[in-house]
Amino acid sequence: MTKPIASPLPEASGPRPPVFELVDVEKIFQVRPPGRRFTRETVGLRALDGVRLRVEAGTSLALVGESGSGKSTLLRVLLGLDAPSDGRAYYRGRPIREVRAEGPAFARDVAMVYQDARGSLDPRMTVGALIAEPLRHFDIVPEAEIAARVAHLLERVGLPADAARRYPSGLSGGQIRRVAIARALASDPSVLVADEAVSGLDVSTQAQLLTLLQRLQREMGLTLVFITHDLGVASFLCAEIAIMYLGRIVETGPTDAVLTAPAHPYSAALRAAAPRFFEPLPEPLPGEIPSPLDLPKGCRFSTRCPVAQADCRARDPHLGRLDSSRTVACLFPQTGAVTTVSALSQEEGAEASGA
Amino acid sequence: MSEIAEDPILTLTDLSVYRGAAKILDRVNLALARGETLALVGESGAGKSTIATALMRLLNGARVEGRVELAGTGDLLALSERQMVKLRGRRLSMIFQDAGAALNPSYTVGRQLISALRRNLGLSRDAARAQAVELFTSVGINDAEARLTAYPHQLSGGMQQRVMVAIALACNPDLLLADEPTSALDVTIQAQIVRLILSQTRTRGASCIFVLHDLALASQSCDRIVVLYAGQVVEAGPAHAVLEHHRHPYTKQLKSCVLEIGRHDLTAPEGTVPSHDQMPAGCRFATRCPRALPRCAAEMPPLTPAGGGDGGPFDHLFACWNPE
Repeated sequence: MTKPIASPLPEASGPRPPVFELVDVEKIFQVRPPGRRFTRETVGLRALDGVRLRVEAGTSLALVGESGSGKSTLLRVLLGLDAPSDGRAYYRGRPIREVRAEGPAFARDVAMVYQDARGSLDPRMTVGALIAEPLRHFDIVPEAEIAARVAHLLERVGLPADAARRYPSGLSGGQIRRVAIARALASDPSVLVADEAVSGLDVSTQAQLLTLLQRLQREMGLTLVFITHDLGVASFLCAEIAIMYLGRIVETGPTDAVLTAPAHPYSAALRAAAPRFFEPLPEPLPGEIPSPLDLPKGCRFSTRCPVAQADCRARDPHLGRLDSSRTVACLFPQTGAVTTVSALSQEEGAEASGA
Repeated sequence: MSEIAEDPILTLTDLSVYRGAAKILDRVNLALARGETLALVGESGAGKSTIATALMRLLNGARVEGRVELAGTGDLLALSERQMVKLRGRRLSMIFQDAGAALNPSYTVGRQLISALRRNLGLSRDAARAQAVELFTSVGINDAEARLTAYPHQLSGGMQQRVMVAIALACNPDLLLADEPTSALDVTIQAQIVRLILSQTRTRGASCIFVLHDLALASQSCDRIVVLYAGQVVEAGPAHAVLEHHRHPYTKQLKSCVLEIGRHDLTAPEGTVPSHDQMPAGCRFATRCPRALPRCAAEMPPLTPAGGGDGGPFDHLFACWNPE
């Protein structure tokens, strides 16, 4: 296992390391045992387990999964807000926490759009002041040019120039998300991380924001990590997809390939559950996502899997390579055959996942 | 369609709702046949939830005009609150979007269900309890006996919604109103709950009004679709006719925004819904409509039958001067 080449500058010559690389990342939270509120005892809640992911520069990756699958924890690891309990997390070849501790350069380069856009904006500041804040904080432009840059950013996200004088309370849900995007873009980042940035909106507003994000990603060459629960959104916006279940990535690959012929039964179930015009309602998956405090034996999906076999309850499959671009963590994938399942070396696994 | 059209369980006539000076629902006419599932679709502010809440007479601080005829009862809007209390749960009941907020956090879910059963059906404590276990089992709650003693916060979102369905169906109502019952849930749980509501209403012979924003889901689950825009019905009819042979440009726009998996082309519509104090005199969609004519801004188009029908409430209707 060779260590990834350390390159402090993104512009370094030679093969550029991926923007993010996670190698067997584990995150365990210490929580009180369920139902026992007045104890000092804690048990480990495994929110992420053996996550391998590679996000190449300029790509768009959708992280898809239900509540409790670990999407948000993964996001916190990518942003350096949480250190992994085990495993390694790299940003352009260097440990994320280390880069983050060095100064504002990381926060400037990796921008975030929060799920609750309205809650992320100070209601007592005007839109103009909200967008100017990161400009000043990161010292992007001289004070005299701030107003012009704010106007430019507003135009870029499709808001009228007079929006700068308004307060968040006077804006609609769609406009608020645009302000959050403008604020994220203020520091001129190369990576945009968005958590459910278009959920809970009307379809026409959602369509407006998605076409905006797609245009911005193409024009600015952004690397996009997009958390969503909507496979239609993932398939429209993102070239790559990683599907999570109970703290694990269960399938990765090009979005179209994965959604056309899902290899993991869980991906197939998500695909089938997505509403489609005039198709009969699909047979839903039985049961609910198990508690991460009481993980099933063997494959974590085996308790709900429609094609589970005896072996699945005994062996826990790791991500294995399905073909040159896809990986899956399943003993009996729905399409093709996994060349190596658990014998995969760490390095190979990291390469295989994502990208 | 024609047989059930003879026997409407619910008829709305010129239902309008005002909040202060704003008319948030404008003369809505629709009918629901016995055993039918109807979807109200449209964007926020269209009036979908307002219709459902007005039917339950749960709109606070709003003035409601028109008639809401429930078969065998008469005009719901003319009833006293005392009479209405007796109907809620028994003749019509509602499933709310956020089950976690709709359930009382201080009581166990069993107590909430049992009290509904005792109050509405006059059952004894033991009989109500036995019925509650049966209801929980029928809505797919495993280990029903033990779950009766759970508080809402101890249940997952999907389980809370199952409890809501059990409470709503406890007294076999004729009409079930489901206000976005699955939009707070994960996709795989969403499929479970939609199927549950449909199978439960079907076996009980109840009619159902779904408030939805997902057109694809509406096409999968409902017989008829009513499209609302800015407080008015713009198109209504059998699901297939409305979605496959839509005449109103807004229906087309709404459908074009549905992102089915594998779609890579998306043309975002311009503009937003006009606010209530700036409603145009003519067609309310005219400001955003790609097919708008000069006439559209001035005159409000009436609901017109699309095919050879006589324009009855169950036909395919649309309100547009320059239809597709």
